[in-house]
Amino acid sequence: MSANPNSLLETPDAGPRADRPGPPLWLLFELTYRCPLHCVFCYNPTDFSRVGAELETEDWLRVLHEARALGSVQLGLSGGEPLVREDLEIIVAEAHSLGYYTNLITSGVGLNEARIQALKAGGLDHIQLSFQDSTRQMNDFLSSTRTFELKSKVAALIKRYDYPMVLNVVLHRLNIDHVEQILELAEQLGADYVELANTQYYGWAARNRDQLLPSRDQLRRAEEATQRFRDKPGQRMRIFFVVPDYFERRPKPCMNGLGSIFLTITPDGTALPCHAARMLPGIEFPSVRSSSVDSVWYDSPGFNHFRGDSWMKEPCRSCPERHKDFGGCRCQAYMLTGDAANADPVCDLSPYHHLVTDAVARADGARPPAEQPLIFRDHR
Amino acid sequence: MIASSARPAIGRGLRLQWEPAQNSHVLLYPEGMIKLNSSAGEIMKRCDGQRTVADITADLERTFSATGLGADVEAFVAMAIDKRWLEIQP
Repeated sequence: MSANPNSLLETPDAGPRADRPGPPLWLLFELTYRCPLHCVFCYNPTDFSRVGAELETEDWLRVLHEARALGSVQLGLSGGEPLVREDLEIIVAEAHSLGYYTNLITSGVGLNEARIQALKAGGLDHIQLSFQDSTRQMNDFLSSTRTFELKSKVAALIKRYDYPMVLNVVLHRLNIDHVEQILELAEQLGADYVELANTQYYGWAARNRDQLLPSRDQLRRAEEATQRFRDKPGQRMRIFFVVPDYFERRPKPCMNGLGSIFLTITPDGTALPCHAARMLPGIEFPSVRSSSVDSVWYDSPGFNHFRGDSWMKEPCRSCPERHKDFGGCRCQAYMLTGDAANADPVCDLSPYHHLVTDAVARADGARPPAEQPLIFRDHR
Repeated sequence: MIASSARPAIGRGLRLQWEPAQNSHVLLYPEGMIKLNSSAGEIMKRCDGQRTVADITADLERTFSATGLGADVEAFVAMAIDKRWLEIQP
């Protein structure tokens, strides 16, 4: 799964924000929280093992139909590891026949010839292969051993079935110094696109933030190494480098504003306006088990809560940029300030901005921050 | 410049379709959507890798009872290739 929700969004035309919102153009199915990996930077909720039973195949298919009728057009299939679901092929085929652009976001674990053949036949449009391994496995990857062999096999399959080879690598303090090696390996795998996505701090990544946040120096060196790679003669991979928002002075327009284009369905059927929103206190999010997608999107208090700007506090409420960045990320505001209606502290106009700059200053410190061990994603 | 004998096709990994909710043709790509205006939609839906730019121009001129569309079609196709919306079949 992608650890970088905001890289998913390229702001399609969502229509006017006033009055009735536009349709949920972007539908993300988190089909399962089950995953063979244990990534320290996963944004799944840390209590994922307590989430209820997964939706049945027919539930997913019903949601596909209902959302498509409203105008949903992009379908992301993620998790957990979506290949764990044996009905993935059925869901893809139905989505394709309904006119969705289907995008599988996978670690590649479980992708074999039979499955990719069935997915291709069902009309899967796109595969994003992630190097989302745990740090232990990242070391393994960097030393070109077992993981690399698995990824090579999967990469070859993806190419053989005529998909562009799109690689997503999550960067953090412990691997960011290896950007050059990572790009060389990506090149060996025949990647067409590489996204170097710095970790964003949700779920497990938030728990591990101080160990994962790179220093400014590390970030600068990684950007320089990326540029050197881009400038190499004959270089044909397209490389995207996503800077962590902690180093910015204005927040990201998170999800293009909650409830404007993005609809996530979690494994148990809870509908969320962003992957992480379940953490927001005092807001009840609806379930597609008991509500139609239409009523989830247009009528539920959970989805209407952060629409428009009446929920905003100062400095957002009177800010001329409030319709550009929507005050940033509600989850980050909640995690760092305790109030989801505050400005995202990434913004230097936020009275809490020091919480972000302090974390960066600690990351810049000579001593590695906190002797606390990394917490690997696991059932707990 | 684009040769009038070139045969453009929708770029690999992209999907062009009519989208009722948007009342327009859209171009879908991983994690995004481009809403096309009506002339872009009319050009792109003819880019099937079989027809040449000249064929496409002739068809548009016939369909819309117009003349002299060649330069506009070529400019659009060149721009779309630059953006990787289209690719030229060898």
